[in-house]
Amino acid sequence: MTLLTTVFAAIICTVVWYKNAPKSEMKVGILCWLFWGASLMWLIDAIFEYAELGAAYFTPAPADMLNDLFLGLSVVALGLIIWLVILLVTDPKGVIKSALFKKK
Amino acid sequence: MACFLVPAAEAVITTVAAKMIKSGEKEETVSVCMPDGTVAEAVKTPFSTKLGWLNKLLWGGSALLAFEHVWHGEVVPYFPFLTAVKTGETSEMLAEMSSAGVMMAAIVTAVWAGMLGVSAVIERKSLRATASAKESAV
Repeated sequence: MTLLTTVFAAIICTVVWYKNAPKSEMKVGILCWLFWGASLMWLIDAIFEYAELGAAYFTPAPADMLNDLFLGLSVVALGLIIWLVILLVTDPKGVIKSALFKKK
Repeated sequence: MACFLVPAAEAVITTVAAKMIKSGEKEETVSVCMPDGTVAEAVKTPFSTKLGWLNKLLWGGSALLAFEHVWHGEVVPYFPFLTAVKTGETSEMLAEMSSAGVMMAAIVTAVWAGMLGVSAVIERKSLRATASAKESAV
């Protein structure tokens, strides 16, 4: 479920990035790298778990599934926070700068 | 247990490598046929930038996986930071790092290598199309 949540986040971010490219004012590319990197790593985790559990991997207990979904959503939230911090610190549109320095 | 440490270690190495490569790199300008049909001068994406793609994949993935390990109580904010070390499961942890961790680093690197291949093909095609467009114009 964590893998699935992250893959969906990665796909959505990639579509948004492609739609706005070549402009990258919102730095959505950062989210793509974050979520694709994590998705690939969790894919390996899933393969190892599948090798251990077999078909039972696809029938998790509802409580485990809920916990994994909760984790997946938390991961997406953390990714968005990292992106937001980078966006505000780099300030590509100059919004923070113009808020701090008002023209006379 | 601590599999994310392997791609994180690779990320440190590739970040240092990207910085070193960037300092000795020269800008390569080429003529490229743009999507609107015009031919324009463009700067070719340097290798350090492409290595940056791998850095971002590795750092991003490692950061989110580190969070997952904190979530599961495998990483703690106090010494020795790894629960497996505290509970005497160091050998299991190292075995997991050498299997899942190495595979994680390998798949990310393999995907990046695939991206390099695809981008090289796209670059070559664009340059060839530009050359033939110039030839037909003459």
